[in-house]
Amino acid sequence: LWKFMSAFQQCLSPWKFQHPLSQQQFAEEERQWEATEVKEADRVPDTMQTPDVPPLTPAKDQFQEELVIRPLHSGDIYASFQFRTMWDTDFLRGSKVSHYRLFPKSLGQVISKFSVRELHISFTQGYWRTMQWGQPFLPSPPGAELWVWFQDTVTDVDGAWKELTNVLSGIFCASLNFIDSTNTVQPSASFKPLGLGNVTDQRFLRYAVLPREIVCTENLTPWKKLLPCGSKAGLAVLMKSEKLFHSSFHSQALHFRPVCQDWKCKSTVWELRQTLNVVFDLHTSGQGKRGERSLKCYSMVIMQACVVFPLQGELFELSPTTPLLSQAVVLGDRRTYSVYDLTNQATFGQTRSLNMLLRWRAAESGDMLRPLLHGERYVAGYGLQTGEIHTLMYNNHPYRAFPVLLLDTVPWYLRLYIHTLTVTSKGRDNKPSYIHYQPSKDRLRPHLLEMLVQLPPNSVTEVTMQFERALLKWTEYTPDPNHGFYVGSSVISALVPSVVAMDTNSTRECPLFSSFFPCKEESSYFMRVYTEPLLVNLPTPDFSMPYNVICLTCTVVAVGYGSLYNLLTRTFQVEEPSPGLAKRLANIIRRLRGVPLL
Amino acid sequence: MGLLSDPNRRRALTKLLTRLNAPICVMCYLAGVAWFMGLAFEPFTLRTYMSENAMGSTMVEERFPAGERALATGREFAAHKKKVGGMPVDWLVKTMQSRGLEVFTQSFTRKLPFPDENKERYMVRGTNVYGILRAPRAPRTEALVLSAPCSEGNNNNQAVGLLLGLAQYFRSQIHWAKDIIFLVNEHDLIGMQAWLEGYHHTNTTGGDWSPLQGRGGSIQAALSLELSSDVITSLDLVLEGLNGQLPNLDLANLFYAFCQKIGVLCTIQGKLQRNDWDTTSGYSHAAQTMMLMVLKQASGRPWGDHGLFLRYHIEAASIRGINSFRQYKTDTTTIGRLLEGMYRKLNNLLERLHQSYFFYLMPSLSRFVSIGYYMPAFGLLAVILLLRVSFHLWDNRGFYFYLTPSSPGVLSILTPVVISHMTGVALYTLPILSQEMAVQHFPVSETEAVVLTAIAIYTAGLALPHNTHRLLQGEGTEEGWRVLKLVALLYLAVLLGCTALINFSLGFILALSLVPIAAFITPHTPKALSAAIMVLLSPGCTLLYCVFVFQELQETPVSLQDGWMLFLSVISQGILDHALYGSLVYPLLALLIYPCWLLLWNILFWK
Repeated sequence: LWKFMSAFQQCLSPWKFQHPLSQQQFAEEERQWEATEVKEADRVPDTMQTPDVPPLTPAKDQFQEELVIRPLHSGDIYASFQFRTMWDTDFLRGSKVSHYRLFPKSLGQVISKFSVRELHISFTQGYWRTMQWGQPFLPSPPGAELWVWFQDTVTDVDGAWKELTNVLSGIFCASLNFIDSTNTVQPSASFKPLGLGNVTDQRFLRYAVLPREIVCTENLTPWKKLLPCGSKAGLAVLMKSEKLFHSSFHSQALHFRPVCQDWKCKSTVWELRQTLNVVFDLHTSGQGKRGERSLKCYSMVIMQACVVFPLQGELFELSPTTPLLSQAVVLGDRRTYSVYDLTNQATFGQTRSLNMLLRWRAAESGDMLRPLLHGERYVAGYGLQTGEIHTLMYNNHPYRAFPVLLLDTVPWYLRLYIHTLTVTSKGRDNKPSYIHYQPSKDRLRPHLLEMLVQLPPNSVTEVTMQFERALLKWTEYTPDPNHGFYVGSSVISALVPSVVAMDTNSTRECPLFSSFFPCKEESSYFMRVYTEPLLVNLPTPDFSMPYNVICLTCTVVAVGYGSLYNLLTRTFQVEEPSPGLAKRLANIIRRLRGVPLL
Repeated sequence: MGLLSDPNRRRALTKLLTRLNAPICVMCYLAGVAWFMGLAFEPFTLRTYMSENAMGSTMVEERFPAGERALATGREFAAHKKKVGGMPVDWLVKTMQSRGLEVFTQSFTRKLPFPDENKERYMVRGTNVYGILRAPRAPRTEALVLSAPCSEGNNNNQAVGLLLGLAQYFRSQIHWAKDIIFLVNEHDLIGMQAWLEGYHHTNTTGGDWSPLQGRGGSIQAALSLELSSDVITSLDLVLEGLNGQLPNLDLANLFYAFCQKIGVLCTIQGKLQRNDWDTTSGYSHAAQTMMLMVLKQASGRPWGDHGLFLRYHIEAASIRGINSFRQYKTDTTTIGRLLEGMYRKLNNLLERLHQSYFFYLMPSLSRFVSIGYYMPAFGLLAVILLLRVSFHLWDNRGFYFYLTPSSPGVLSILTPVVISHMTGVALYTLPILSQEMAVQHFPVSETEAVVLTAIAIYTAGLALPHNTHRLLQGEGTEEGWRVLKLVALLYLAVLLGCTALINFSLGFILALSLVPIAAFITPHTPKALSAAIMVLLSPGCTLLYCVFVFQELQETPVSLQDGWMLFLSVISQGILDHALYGSLVYPLLALLIYPCWLLLWNILFWK
């Protein structure tokens, strides 16, 4: 029972990179940490099990955790934690689920109350730099993102969504309660269910992004509490806030979906996957150069190094080596991982600690293979009246075109001129084959634009749209209106041709018969890319204005209206010549007597 | 209220206004000038203070240590610049990359409308190199810019060195919340214009540039660094930007605060601050500083590379290192620390700089005159125009002039208006269009051709009144010129009012020269004398005086001959500024102010 976990805690050891020997390289290499598996509390695993192979005797609930470490081409280090809880239960029967063991109860209750079919939530601080770092294992936009598929039994989806966001806001200690109808959309094609199920009616889907959300330890703590052992045991022990937030990129996510129980897929189980992706900066935390440096974040190391084909293309070497290698195609790229299985006693040896040493072989890692797809977005123009949103989508594949789905959600206060929408690639008009546009309603719902665009090979496709900046009511401005207003990231979803299929050199190590036809099942893979959010300045009044307006209005009323009223109501009379002295005297006397004047 | 609704009292008021019109106008004029000159007097000005809370109370430490290394980098840059004979793009890219920045380049070409003889350029081709320091855990929504120009000769090498040094130092810091863009721009303002237009994907002046590959979101503030020596005696702050726009005063305050903190001498308009405000020389020093600012602002040209940022609502200033013969020297490490401090504070900004003033004049770096204080000076001049309108609208008894059957036809008013504006259009378009023809027929260079054509058209406009009347039948009537004068007065009032709102200095200088002639010109004044005065106070001559006054204030007086040459080059620069960066002063003068002056000229020669 958890005894290998206690082993973790003893193997405190720094993990060092040493200076490389110079050797020019082109391939890259990865390391992966650990694949441990916690099953039933009364079952101590004695053999390693890879995550892909389902256990022979499926348990009611099981837990797996994994850490992949991957040195990036820029020299930074990418660490990706994944924790997976699988549970074979039926949440839909509501209150009948009462006995929780590995699955977090707080979440389970929410899921059964709101009849959630799939739930994906991510909190990200920073922007994933695709061009420097390559593709992430799990993409996420800056800020908070939440998308939920409800069961088709839900009648009032909007009401359930509203309540759900408020509840999640409490669970994750985040501002998810700011999700309302003005930033919620129902994408028609971009967000299909990731789990089992054939409900694809978008009425049951809700998607919202809060680009302004700041993620910090207060969000990490509740996230960690959802793990079966919190941060007391397992890989979660490694998650020290002060280290995790001393990084270039931080993203924590939670995915809940139904998956197959086994390969026959006779019944479904619920999968809860918690992920944490962090990129540590080479420059700020170390000596600035790719030299000897230690990553103190991980006090214990159970790792899995991978060696990419061809073997002479190694960038760095690991010691101690592990006999366990696993090959996987991830994001279209075939890699070999060295796996350090912490459940296996042999990994530690007698010391119960594992010191990993990574030695760079080359000072410069050479050119990174450019990511096949990436996106950019910016606001063009100047002034506070109009502007133009430019979205750039790069297809870096040398010879293959592929279609992408672009999803744009723009708040209502940027009034899009949809007639100015242009899509151009290579200087020519590129007509989208599918456009789904839902115009905004002031103060009610945002613009939603989804397009299916074919990206020609080796090209940049530019989508431009003009907009007008609305003048808000003065109570609608945020407390810091001069900071600007955020527009969430665009989402680019695509089936990208695989790098493996593109690599013609891969034939040289394979038998000839295997390489004539391109390998179909690896030929493309799904990818989602988020662009950066936008910060747009709206025309902002001087907020001492109410006072000025009051003063001005009073003055205008007093002077303008007063004199006009005076002129309108006054009776004009023909001026008589002034009376003589006698008459004036008579009038004075008459006034004293109180009789009408002459 | 009774004043307006009571016909008797109203008549008394109008009577007063019409009878005492001339004395009141003279009083207003003198009061306006006196008010303006009083602005430089220290007790009448306000002390600058930091309005932005995010920059005020936060403490930052400046620890930049690597001034010497920055200078070495600068020397290396100079060597590569010499070797390549221009911008050492490859070296810069490699150096910035090795410092951990994301590096991008942008190439641009620009053909000037006519050769720029001051800077000796016509076909401009160059490359900007910029590196982005990505802030950790920031979503690329905000950025700060630090730029240094890659100038010809041996200038600004130290600035580029310091920029690279700061980039390296900043890269190892963890507290950046905004991306920082380090930009080395070639061909100073042309490169900056190309980069800014590329960044914002606009094209206002028809330049040709390649699109930018990397961006950092909306730019919050920018500083441009000019440094040409290893040690300096003082730092000069340049604020005046395109069309007389100024950055938020808090940027100047920030600079001043750090100069005080670190102990660097700082100047504005190249003038140190003095404490003896109560002496005549102290006052005249402040007045000179302020007048220099007014003249620079009125010119509408960007006085440093920062000047073009302001159009995009990016607060920007140039910091210029000056090495004079003073004893006290400041080394590069100290300047680096100053910049580090400024960027740390700008990095702390939660909103754009907006708390402090955007419209101000500075008689010294620690004193400012806000819009509320200087506008009355202009208002006193502008009110003269309205007083004269009332004078021509009412007769001596306070009654309106009634239109008699002999009132002038629309045509007789419209003709001079249209013809004046046609002349203005000619003045605006012909100099550049006709340069080739002029070069073929006269022994002049293109630049001279443009300037001389402009002057020729300007002078030719003086002959208009005699020709206007040939188009009209009959004599001009008394009412005719009165109506024309009313039109001219109102037109000028609107023009100057709008100009002063956007660019106070320009509006004020134009008002100083145009208001007197607009006020007192009639066909009945002595022709020769009036004509001489009108020519002397015309916009062109005002520009000439401004050139001399500017040189005088800068303590580099010029002879008449040199002054004239300078005047010619100022005209060509004005036209170039309009063509290259979209400065509005030249079109304003040619299309609006000059025709307005021609209308007045028409009145003088009314027949």
